[in-house]
Amino acid sequence: MKTTTEERVVDLTATSVRELNHALHQLRHVDGPGHWHVREPRGAHSVACGLDVNVRVEVDGPTGYYCAGMNQAATVILHGNTGTGVAENMMSGFVHVRGNASQSAGASGHGGLLVIDGNAGARCGISMKGIDIVVKGSVGHMSAFMAQAGNLVVCGDAGEALGDSIYEARIFVRGKAADLGADCIEKEMREEHRRLLADLLARANLDHAPGEFRRYGSARRLYNFQKGHAGHY
Amino acid sequence: MDPAVPPPSPGLRESATFDRRVIHEIQRAAETGIYNIRGWGAKRALPHFDDLVLLGASMSRYPLEGYRERCATDVVLGTRHAKKPIHLKIPITIAGMSFGALSAQAKEALGRGATAAGTSTTTGDGGMTPEERGHSDLLVYQYLPSRYGMNPDDLRKADAIEIVLGQGAKPGGGGMLLGAKISDRVAAMRTLPMGIDQRSACRHPDWTGPDDLAIKIEELREITDWEKPIYVKFGASRPYYDTALAVKAGADVIVVDGMQGGTGASQEVFLEHVGIPTLPAIRQAVEALQELGMHRKVQLIVSGGIRSGADVAKALAMGADAVSIGTAALIALGCNSPRWQADYEKLGSSAGFYSDYQNGNDPAGITTQDPALAGRLDPIAGGERLANYLQVLTLETQTIARACGKSHVLNLDREDLAALTIEAAAMAKVPLAGTSWVPGAAGL
Repeated sequence: MKTTTEERVVDLTATSVRELNHALHQLRHVDGPGHWHVREPRGAHSVACGLDVNVRVEVDGPTGYYCAGMNQAATVILHGNTGTGVAENMMSGFVHVRGNASQSAGASGHGGLLVIDGNAGARCGISMKGIDIVVKGSVGHMSAFMAQAGNLVVCGDAGEALGDSIYEARIFVRGKAADLGADCIEKEMREEHRRLLADLLARANLDHAPGEFRRYGSARRLYNFQKGHAGHY
Repeated sequence: MDPAVPPPSPGLRESATFDRRVIHEIQRAAETGIYNIRGWGAKRALPHFDDLVLLGASMSRYPLEGYRERCATDVVLGTRHAKKPIHLKIPITIAGMSFGALSAQAKEALGRGATAAGTSTTTGDGGMTPEERGHSDLLVYQYLPSRYGMNPDDLRKADAIEIVLGQGAKPGGGGMLLGAKISDRVAAMRTLPMGIDQRSACRHPDWTGPDDLAIKIEELREITDWEKPIYVKFGASRPYYDTALAVKAGADVIVVDGMQGGTGASQEVFLEHVGIPTLPAIRQAVEALQELGMHRKVQLIVSGGIRSGADVAKALAMGADAVSIGTAALIALGCNSPRWQADYEKLGSSAGFYSDYQNGNDPAGITTQDPALAGRLDPIAGGERLANYLQVLTLETQTIARACGKSHVLNLDREDLAALTIEAAAMAKVPLAGTSWVPGAAGL
């Protein structure tokens, strides 16, 4: 196994995304995968996706769809706005968007932490399965739709139909939720939730008081389909 | 109602519109207040492969000797972009069926049977099980809207990736797995509470439309370093446009599932009334590929009601590169076997009629998570039965192909077909037998 601790700089005007990702994937054969800087992404899609080692990748500029998709173990820092599905299906690791994110941020993520400094578009955390997402701004409509597990923290406001058809995920909103989706209700903030939220805020380098947030989750009324449910959807 | 069943008295006249089955369903709906859910697929009569015949060799065509001359059956899928296309020994694959809908033993048996026959099997909603991967030489990993169990490690273990937009039994509808089948293991794989009625999403969470699909395909290729063939599967409703758009989006393989295709559970109204039959779906998909100059470059797999080598031969003659079987594979494993007649009767059903896969109490132990019932299926014996069945399908297909003078089953073509009904002639765009009439064809 080769060892490398060097810093690498990749300019996407000279190197293709395919070459970049392939090189990053080869780090699974390297001991100490190092620190990579990606320059001039210019909205490219699928940048730094499928990483599965503890590498640090910093991307300077805006990225397109599915940046850091299916991330495992890696730390990916995006210095700019990012497109649809950032960190989609993330399994572990850390993705930090130092800008705004488009729709479906963290979609179906199973683990790891996604922090968005700006706002996130519609369907943030859709189908999330264990990922933790902290959005310092607001999120769009249908966020946490069918969210199964994990935590979505929204420091601003949430759009319409928040948590529609939610399962066991938890949502914390500091601002106002426009309205709640089917089977999503406001729930009591107990001590265990305040501790959980405090930890997530600290990991996102935020100092909001957990008491400023409201908690939302599933009423669990629609878990087993019955004839009286038709009107709830 | 079965016309063979006589009314209670010769003087009674049954309504054709409100026959006994319709009356029973209205009464059931009035009593329960909920729609009927079942497994299987459409049970109504539909234009199908039985409405086509193959034209064996005659004066103008030379047949091949049935038992001597070679008739190859191999097919390669994913030649367009993938570094590692899939090589199948036979043009018959096993369709996606989930662990959850099926027992682990059934999934293992499917893998064993497919491997023995030299073909692929496919995961389903809920992810990849070690049993399935371990017993499948060639495994296609489905990428579904729910993303249950989806993870990049399994993606890399797969031999191909199938992006599922829908299935023929219910195009436009999501999956359904009722609480009785959500065992501890199924719940854990899907990150869901045990015992809930699980309804899978009908749309992908992070893309909509063909432009997004192109980017999604690129992402999956990037994650797997462009090694895996990418299939795109959809239920047949608008196959001409769906095929064209999937090709434009970059698919290596198109999978079209007609409305005879099966499912583990869906609303009966969906199964019987949404989608189009397999016959016109193949023709429209092939037309789209041909017009794009991509026929045989992007491979086409068709499914939905494939039962015999005759069906396989007809599908290939219409332009498919391979077929996929689901319901027939389960029957080969033992579904609806008379062996379990007494148990079927206890459930108000009978061997040959059973389709209540949704309830999780399948007497044959295939569509269940009940350990005792699942234990009824020996995966080794089941795999051998499936391998036998696949061999028969292959032999039948070769028999027909040789009779049509073909040294490879993929050399069958539309000129080898004639239709027995006007409907089938119009849908498949092959001449009505004994005529040169293709209803709806330009200039006719």
